[in-house]
Amino acid sequence: MKVIEAKNLVKRFGTFTAVDHISFEVEKGEIFGFLGANGAGKTTAMRMFCGLSKPTSGEGSVAGFDIKKHPEDIKKNIGYMSQKFSLYNDLKVWENIRLFAGIYGVSENQISIKTTELLQRLNFEQERETLVKDLPLGWKQKLSFSVSILHHPKVVFLDEPTGGVDPVTRRQFWELIYEAAADGITIFVTTHYMDEAEYCNRISIMVDGKIEALDTPKNLKQEFNASNMDEVFQQLARKATRKSD
Amino acid sequence: MLKYLLEKEFKQIIRNSFMPKIILIFPVMVLLVFPWAANFEIKNINLSVIDNDHSVYSNQLVQKVISSGYFRLTDVSANYKDALQSIETDKADLILEIPANFERDLVREQHSKLLISANTVNGTKGGLGSAYLSGIVADFSSQVRAKWIQVSSATSIPIINTVTQFRFNPQLSYKIFMVPALMVMLLTMLCGFLPALNIVGEKEAGTMEQINVTPITRFTFIISKLLPYWIIGFIVLSISFVIAYLIYGLRPEGHLSTIYFFAAIYILGVSGLGLVISNYSDTMQQAMFVMYFFMLILILMSGLFTPVISMPQWAQYITTVNPLKYFMQVMRLVYLKGSDISQLTTELTALGSFAIVFNLWAVLSYKKTV
Repeated sequence: MKVIEAKNLVKRFGTFTAVDHISFEVEKGEIFGFLGANGAGKTTAMRMFCGLSKPTSGEGSVAGFDIKKHPEDIKKNIGYMSQKFSLYNDLKVWENIRLFAGIYGVSENQISIKTTELLQRLNFEQERETLVKDLPLGWKQKLSFSVSILHHPKVVFLDEPTGGVDPVTRRQFWELIYEAAADGITIFVTTHYMDEAEYCNRISIMVDGKIEALDTPKNLKQEFNASNMDEVFQQLARKATRKSD
Repeated sequence: MLKYLLEKEFKQIIRNSFMPKIILIFPVMVLLVFPWAANFEIKNINLSVIDNDHSVYSNQLVQKVISSGYFRLTDVSANYKDALQSIETDKADLILEIPANFERDLVREQHSKLLISANTVNGTKGGLGSAYLSGIVADFSSQVRAKWIQVSSATSIPIINTVTQFRFNPQLSYKIFMVPALMVMLLTMLCGFLPALNIVGEKEAGTMEQINVTPITRFTFIISKLLPYWIIGFIVLSISFVIAYLIYGLRPEGHLSTIYFFAAIYILGVSGLGLVISNYSDTMQQAMFVMYFFMLILILMSGLFTPVISMPQWAQYITTVNPLKYFMQVMRLVYLKGSDISQLTTELTALGSFAIVFNLWAVLSYKKTV
């Protein structure tokens, strides 16, 4: 089953084409890495899939809903975790969980069960009453991810979720991602860490708004005759003419 | 869904180190300090007297002026030139020159001339001061006449006496005029600006984007932002009623329910205006500046300090689209005159229209997509 489909998606801002005819499909339960240099158009593309931005032309669907016609239906079926930290700093850990669970229509008693479960899984029981702003960054990101999949969405979009996070916590973060994927949640993730790219089932690499490569990490390394993903990325990204931001 | 959002808003407001304090201190400060400081009643006008007559009558006149309580005799000059000097050195605001032969003219010819000269750099002070002084002089002359009529009824002079009756605010107290209008200012700040700044704050923090990818409808989100401030607004309004009564002995002549009813419509309109501004602002700085701009114009053109009716015609046209003006009118009329809804239909229509227009605009300009 295809969870994300894109056919010739284009997004223009004035004369600038941020996303230039991209097409791909993502299967259910897949971990799909969405790579590209800064300014390559990753975030713009992701925002279109989340219903935050309307495509200029082309077609796409997420969780079976058209991204042009039914963005609000898409929003019920996805989770989203952005580059910018997206929990409320002035609310406590349990209050953030309660708020977002409530927004997605989780029932009152399910909320308390899920909160306890989530805190146990993350070993966060002591931090239940802590204000989110007092948590270390890595903890915040783990919490943020767990909150974004609390309502068991069909897809979760992660926009550079591990930026600035230490290697140990990043490892733990990816364990959470694998658990979610095993649960049937499709993962759509952007990252700048090439070791993380290796963890993905398939990756696409965007250069100047176009998808230049799309395959499993293993096949890509063979195709570009490279020993690791970093070399693959370097070869492709060097072709970019667009200035990074 | 709304329940969870409201929970969040109230927790954030209460947890904020600044908000709960300002919500309490703001109305108290505005109502306790403002009416005393921003006051158009003119007192302690410095008076320079040139008495060229030195007669009984001239003496009586000066005594009468001083005892009125509005004037302070700061200078007695020998001639007009000296008196002018004291105005230039700011020792006096007003000159009263009594001509030589004042008493003689008054007795023989039954009229005499006085010169009142005012420093009108501060127009209000000069104008009101000379008006007060003329009033006292007129009073003095009628006293003199009354005395003469008693002495000899032969020379009866017909006199028209004007009796001015001040209705609804008999003491002409500026405070009583200001207090109801200041309550309008409070509601404007609390219900118009705070929720708007709150929304822009979420934009800046990035949490707005998170909210936009959730299935929350824009209506639910906006209501969750406005409702807490509406409640706060009504609490503050009620506190203001108590302060107005305790400090100024002021209680509305009309029904409190009329005020609450109009306040509800006004709050709806002004928070709509705030939302429109927040929708077009990406940063707190931008929102603050735009609001300050509107606030300044709306206040100056509202009739808070200067009556709308004495503004030039073009300015009066502008005030017809100022919601503050209508609500201030309502507050003053209900508080001082005891008007009820049936007498306030113009204001009701105007405020209702503002509420509809601003809120429609707010909903249309709020975008969940970019």
